[in-house]
Amino acid sequence: MKVRNLLKAALRSLAKNKMRTFLTMLGIIIGVGSVITMLAIGQGSRQSIQEQISSLGTNVLMIFPQASSTGGVRMEAGSSQRMTIEDLNAIRERCPSVAYITPQVRTSGQLVNGNSNWRTSVYGVYPDYFNIRDLKLTSGMVFTMNDDRSAAKVCIVGQTVVTNLFGEGADPIGSFIRINKIPFEIVGITEKKGQNAFGQDQDDIVVAPFSTVQKRMMAVTYIQSMLASAVSEPKIPTASQEITDVLKAKHNLGPSEDPDFTIRTQTDIANMATATSKILTILLATIASISLLVGGIGIMNIMLVSVTERTREIGIRMSVGARGRDVLLQFLIEALLISLIGGFIGISLGVIASQLIASILKWPVTISAESILMSFLFSSAIGIFFGWYPARKAARLNPIEALRYE
Amino acid sequence: MNNSIISVKNLVKIYRMGDVEVHALRGVNLDIRPNDFVAIMGKSGSGKSTFMNILGCLDVPTRGNYFLDQVDVGSMSNDQLANLRNRKIGFVFQSFNLLSRTSALENVELPLMYNKKISSKEMRDRSLKALESVGLADRAHHFPNQLSGGEQQRVAIARSLVNDPVVILADEPTGNLDTRTSLEVMAIFQSLNNQGITIVIVTHEADIAAFTKRNITFRDGKIIREVEVNGQRNAREELALIPVMAEEDEL
Ligand SMILES: Nc1ncnc2c1ncn2[C@@H]1O[C@H](COP(=O)(O)OP(=O)(O)OP(=O)(O)O)[C@@H](O)[C@H]1O
Ligand SMILES: [Mg+2]
Repeated sequence: MKVRNLLKAALRSLAKNKMRTFLTMLGIIIGVGSVITMLAIGQGSRQSIQEQISSLGTNVLMIFPQASSTGGVRMEAGSSQRMTIEDLNAIRERCPSVAYITPQVRTSGQLVNGNSNWRTSVYGVYPDYFNIRDLKLTSGMVFTMNDDRSAAKVCIVGQTVVTNLFGEGADPIGSFIRINKIPFEIVGITEKKGQNAFGQDQDDIVVAPFSTVQKRMMAVTYIQSMLASAVSEPKIPTASQEITDVLKAKHNLGPSEDPDFTIRTQTDIANMATATSKILTILLATIASISLLVGGIGIMNIMLVSVTERTREIGIRMSVGARGRDVLLQFLIEALLISLIGGFIGISLGVIASQLIASILKWPVTISAESILMSFLFSSAIGIFFGWYPARKAARLNPIEALRYE
Repeated sequence: MNNSIISVKNLVKIYRMGDVEVHALRGVNLDIRPNDFVAIMGKSGSGKSTFMNILGCLDVPTRGNYFLDQVDVGSMSNDQLANLRNRKIGFVFQSFNLLSRTSALENVELPLMYNKKISSKEMRDRSLKALESVGLADRAHHFPNQLSGGEQQRVAIARSLVNDPVVILADEPTGNLDTRTSLEVMAIFQSLNNQGITIVIVTHEADIAAFTKRNITFRDGKIIREVEVNGQRNAREELALIPVMAEEDEL
């Protein structure tokens, strides 16, 4: 039979049982729709996490003093205090793959301007911090190493801090605020970054010279952590190795001994986050696929009923010369049409649902061409797979028995 | 057998149902020449339908030979049998067997749909012509449930002749019809036969058999009698006389 006639016959027989066809299709529609939506959510969150990670800076390495694992009790990273400014200087001198490096201390500060109050984190870092993190200023300038040496009481603040202490849109460069009762001059304001993937406000920060925070505010001698950047992305592992060697030597540890610090690269973090969100995506897609599978079983069920109901029709067609494969093709095309039309509607609904989720729940969603193509192929595969058995059953009927069937 | 359209030798059909064997045909020999018009008669259960189904390539014999148009059907695959049904045979059933919710025209087109060599246009033209030859050109777009039994059977006849078969086989074509419509159907068969088509029908009624050229009687799966019909009756002429009688019948 010609394809056009086959299609016509299939469409007609589907149209004969509109309600049944629709209900069968519904399984595929819901299945494909949820696969599309779930993939969009999974991929969307993955993409936004990746964006967040790249917003950490470029080619970043984080160095924490590691918890000593002696006695089997592993303490929280950063709880040890064995990391000093000498370590940092040694890294700076002996690690050619490290472009920038800064020490990092963090404390919380009570900010006061007149009768406005705000509580936030205060970071103590070198000016290189801004290079490592790709942090730009909208106004003012980054403090200098001289400011660090003199423990100058200057700071750079984020937009949220400005808004809370000075009001929306103010430009407080040159103004003085009190942080934990110490007066600081505001010398710069960071570019607005908004919330990150975990809902943290990235504009709610105060950055001051390292020594200022370490000595004046915290009165300690150690470094909480270091932040470095490699000269290029491929050099990240080299930089990590160089830092390991230098720090081990500094801390009198043999090459075979466990280091007493941890280096985490941006790639590590990205991989970790990607792995997590991949698992999430797979989980969501699996759940959705199960509904697609159920839809496929629905097709098979209805096609089996249809073959039984239409035994006589099959007999008539065979009596005028339809071969087994003509009958097979006819039923297969019906199953395929159900799943393809269902798939098409499902994709449309999935796209609409994803857009609704994006605009109402403000979740990041990404609809990729691959996921659409995949759903389409998947639903046609389901049509063929679940249509095959009933179609073959029809094709194997014996003409005389089919004609006799009441 | 030399130029026979149909030639069967020692045809045997045994149905097996568990331990029970039903001998439906016990060695049938028959030759049907071109342009013959044969009526097969016999008591119920004598094997007429079984025989017709084998002739129509809808079923296969247990033993024996069957040559259709000089070709041995015995060794053919299912697909080859389907092809034979499609190209060489027209089959008319007692119960019409039209596709419901499919127009008369499309029902007639059905055999041609399974012939890839025929274009859509040719399909339409030939089907319309076939419908015309059974007098139903004006009902082409009606559905079976809008047609009377006699009209449905005429559509089925149109379907059986649309593929230019070498033989039309009809198993009790008038079995579900009243006297008048039976005559109409026989008139059509006669006119087709006059155009050269070979026809085999099964019937219970001697009246119907009288419109054919040769009568064959089955009993217990065997042919027990073969007679040429003397003075073949003309269905069209008798149809012209009937209206009066039909009205009397109804009263
Ligand atoms: N599919 C089948 N399975 C078993 N036995 C069958 C089958 N078909 C026919 N028979 C038997 O074969 C014998 C011949 O049947 P067939 O239908 O050929 O008779 P028939 O002459 O056409 O009868 P009728 O005039 O009633 O149509 C009968 O005894 C019937 O019971
Ligand atoms: Mg019979």
